[in-house]
Amino acid sequence: MSKSTLTRRGVLKSGAVAGAGLALPTIFTASSAAAYTNAPSGSTVTLGFNVPQTGPYADEGADELRAYELAVEHLNGGGDGGMMNTFSSKSLQGNGILGRKVEFVTGDTQTKSDAARASAKSMIEKDGAVMITGGSSSGVAIAVQGLCQEAGVIFMAGLTHSNDTTGKDKKANGFRHFFNGYMSGAALAPVLEKMYGKDRTAYHLTADYTWGWTQEESIAASTEALGWNTVNKVRTPLAATDFSSYIAPVLNSGADVLVLNHYGGNMVNSLTNAVQFGLREKVVNGKNFEIVVPLYSRLMARGAGANVKGIFGSTNWHWSLTDEGSKAFVKSFGTKYGFPPSQAAHTVYCQTLLYADACERAGSHNPCAVAEALEGFEFDGLGNGKTLYRAEDHQCFKDVLVVKGKENPTSEFDLLEIVEVTPAEQVTYAPDHPMFAGGQLGSCNPGA
Amino acid sequence: MDAIILQILNGLDKGSAYALIALGLTLIFGTLGVVNFAHGALFMIGAFCAVTLSKILNLSFETVDETKLDFLGNPAKIKTPYVESWFGPEVGATIIDWAVPLAILFSIPIMIAIGFIMERGLIKHFYKRPHADQILVTFGLAIVLQEIIKYFYGANPIPTGAPEVFKGSYDFGVLLGFDPNAIIYPYWRLVYFGFSALIIGGVFAFLQFTTFGMVVRAGMADRETVGLLGINIDKRFTIMFGIAAAVAGLAGVMYAPINSPNYHMGMDFLVLSFVVVVVGGMGSLPGAVLAGFLLGILESFASMNEVKSLIPGIDQIIIYLVAIIILLTRPRGLMGRKGVMED
Repeated sequence: MSKSTLTRRGVLKSGAVAGAGLALPTIFTASSAAAYTNAPSGSTVTLGFNVPQTGPYADEGADELRAYELAVEHLNGGGDGGMMNTFSSKSLQGNGILGRKVEFVTGDTQTKSDAARASAKSMIEKDGAVMITGGSSSGVAIAVQGLCQEAGVIFMAGLTHSNDTTGKDKKANGFRHFFNGYMSGAALAPVLEKMYGKDRTAYHLTADYTWGWTQEESIAASTEALGWNTVNKVRTPLAATDFSSYIAPVLNSGADVLVLNHYGGNMVNSLTNAVQFGLREKVVNGKNFEIVVPLYSRLMARGAGANVKGIFGSTNWHWSLTDEGSKAFVKSFGTKYGFPPSQAAHTVYCQTLLYADACERAGSHNPCAVAEALEGFEFDGLGNGKTLYRAEDHQCFKDVLVVKGKENPTSEFDLLEIVEVTPAEQVTYAPDHPMFAGGQLGSCNPGA
Repeated sequence: MDAIILQILNGLDKGSAYALIALGLTLIFGTLGVVNFAHGALFMIGAFCAVTLSKILNLSFETVDETKLDFLGNPAKIKTPYVESWFGPEVGATIIDWAVPLAILFSIPIMIAIGFIMERGLIKHFYKRPHADQILVTFGLAIVLQEIIKYFYGANPIPTGAPEVFKGSYDFGVLLGFDPNAIIYPYWRLVYFGFSALIIGGVFAFLQFTTFGMVVRAGMADRETVGLLGINIDKRFTIMFGIAAAVAGLAGVMYAPINSPNYHMGMDFLVLSFVVVVVGGMGSLPGAVLAGFLLGILESFASMNEVKSLIPGIDQIIIYLVAIIILLTRPRGLMGRKGVMED
């Protein structure tokens, strides 16, 4: 007969150890069991789509989700294949990724950095997402990119336009397909010169956060290089709703161009207020007063209604492009949902295909292998012409569109017209450009 | 000088919205003793009454135009509003153009009905509960209302224009002897200011010069005594809740052309309006109006570049700064009754 060694102290100790083990996030335990975080072992692979499902950018988030679902359908061999048919890389076969069926989980960023990090963390730890993608704000993108770097998963950014995302806040695990503030400035400046001349005085109203600051810096630099004078740069609170008290000082500032470094609701309200105050009918310094909205979004332009007519800006992509890739995507998306996709939908669809393709070419989901496959990758057929994923900063370099609010729209989606397709070479900058200085890409983290 | 005049105009305009919302808030607090955090949502619903009427007037039938193609290359569907079909293109277009002023009539019964339902269905159960409970339940209601609006109308702002005749700006510069274009102000914002003054005057006249108003004022001063006289004061207070909801709704309807309505616009105004009520004095109607205009003007001045260069960020905190100073020096607010919030 054996004597039982079960003691109260022993039970407590064992319980504590077992409890600690269970409480330990899977993010750490997974990495000890496999070579990288959330290595898929079964017949499926899970992607995490982190988009604003509530809050002011929920409509943009909804369009991103539609595009993600379409991308997953195409990757798994459903639908008409969309841009997989026009993509220059032919690694994707419509059998998932590396033969595993693609599944997805979604998170709600709420367009708040802390909420976005929490939802990304949950998708990585609880749902086993091997890649996180999406978002509609630079503040959120930078926050989630940092989290993914720490967790050892790839982050394929959604709509983020701040220079900092691939500048001072760049990370080895993060990749951006969307263009940035510098590119907007470089693309817009020649068109603004052609339309409005070299002798102009600009007044900037800028949303007071990372995206606004870098866009203001970029646009001011590129217009000042033309010979324009910047008379004032005024920061406006992100929570501002009525911009009348910020617009009023513009009237007597001597400026003849107002640059609105605003996005979303800010852009809708500031542009509406500026038009209400009759700025567009004003003549200053013997010239017609002009308004510029450097970053346009069709979804947001709809909110501003007729006020966008004739106003110049830039955009990453537009559904009216006639290249084969864009046509294929618009056909797939339009047939499934009944309306054309937004630029947010386009960029996240591309990011999903690019990630899947990189996995195929690398033969693994290991973030370091995927990163290596994406770095320096040149491709075509995804709607923006020949594109390079630059190795030094993980930024895509491709054509940028200069657009103008359409004078006679034929439908609620037909709000912008393409004025110029600025070639990639014109918007390319050196990796050590001062506007992007201050951060290190570092090395990839597989989470092991 | 021209910049100062412009900011005064701006302040009066902002103050109009604050005063209208705060007037309803303080009316509800003064009559029913309820701190209604859903009041901003009523302002938002008012704006969406304008959006809804605009959508109703724009209801269209589709015809296929073989000569035009849609984005997928199929024959385009051309939409023609029913009102243009029924009344002719010109009259129909004019009716659609005047959607916002027409929404004033459309919104009044809707807002009064919503106010009644809110008060009878939910808020009356919280009369005897602490203010914290009332705040929690009304704040929850506000979130529910804005999520309902988001579900049906989406998260993006919806442009809802003023009639064509009110587009453009009035040149005060010429009128006041300044350079042309030195002081220009949008017509619709001037209309908004005039409309607010009319509504505020109407509410005061109703309370001051009607028997119903007299009873309500008596009830606000001493509810118990009025009840003992055999007057059903609860019923009158419920009606006042409906009127307060209608005032907030009308403020929202007329605000729709100023900034495109979105589902969270009520929350944007709610906190500021509460500050206005507290600064004016809880339950004081003239206080709410005075504080609304005062804070609107102060906020506008704080946004001037000259002021911001002296005190960076002052535009974001000015209202709260004033509220703190008032609460420290005069807890009952500018025109609050002695004893209220002072114990």
